[in-house]
Amino acid sequence: MTDVAVHTTAHDDHGDHAGHHTSTGLSNNKLGMWMFLGSECLLFGGLISTYMLYRGRTAGESGPDQLWDIPFTSASSFVLLMSSLTMVLAVSAAKRKDDRNTNLWLCVTALLGSLFVAGQVYEFTTFYREGVGYTTSLFSSSFYTLTGFHGVHVSVGLILLLATVGMIVKNRVPGDKAEVVELVGLYWHFVDIVWILIFTLVYLIPT
Amino acid sequence: MTDTVHTDAAQVAHDDHADHDDHGLSDLGYVKVAIFLAAITAIEVALSYMVDDLGALFLPLLLGLMLLKFFMVVLYFMHLKFDNKLFSLLFYIGLGLAVGVYLAALFTFRFFS
Repeated sequence: MTDVAVHTTAHDDHGDHAGHHTSTGLSNNKLGMWMFLGSECLLFGGLISTYMLYRGRTAGESGPDQLWDIPFTSASSFVLLMSSLTMVLAVSAAKRKDDRNTNLWLCVTALLGSLFVAGQVYEFTTFYREGVGYTTSLFSSSFYTLTGFHGVHVSVGLILLLATVGMIVKNRVPGDKAEVVELVGLYWHFVDIVWILIFTLVYLIPT
Repeated sequence: MTDTVHTDAAQVAHDDHADHDDHGLSDLGYVKVAIFLAAITAIEVALSYMVDDLGALFLPLLLGLMLLKFFMVVLYFMHLKFDNKLFSLLFYIGLGLAVGVYLAALFTFRFFS
């Protein structure tokens, strides 16, 4: 029993410091995630710029200033912002090796993320019923593409969050558990910062 | 032997705890940052109803608040303020490239004129 305990402690210790055995002394997984997020800036930069160029190009349908429901979108933004808080609390709990709170905060983050996606689906449905389809105009195509891509990213984040909870529950997290939660957290925060830009540039600035 | 194991485990836990204190805020600190971000969002929304009153100040104010929120999340929630500078470099290269390329594209299409 004692031998098993010693072995487990040594293994955990090794896992915690796996990143320090690389040539940079940093975790390659984390470096890879930051590089991926840097490249994602180019994707969303392109989509935001395209929207900015075409936001006035309507084809007779309602334009941005008539369509937006600012109080509703503000509430959605608040929900996503708070999901960043719960995510960082999950990372903090994971670093303390507190599995119970890690799972709790990951589940709350997933719940808030689901609320945000539900809000986006509601918004898209409302716009569609008002006659603004994907191919109606350059404005609608660029708007749906930008916010749709963001929604897909949030949905992928939800899958990552729930998969992480499942792996923690089954004790099947490969490598350092805290680092896995931190990587999922980095992705989730990125989705949040992209929405911070979209909320201001798309919704709050009048055409 | 059992005592030794406990001591080792406690030492690892202690070292780990000490490490992470240096790599981010406390939970209360994160809550304070979130409250600050929520307050900025509320100010942004309020400003969006004061476009005519603010005139030329509207856009710089709104963009300034947006950037403040953006970097608060990046620096504190994503830990770039506390992490190794190489992570910052990788992210800011991508961000800088995106901003540069798309600003050039927007200027080409005379977006700002």
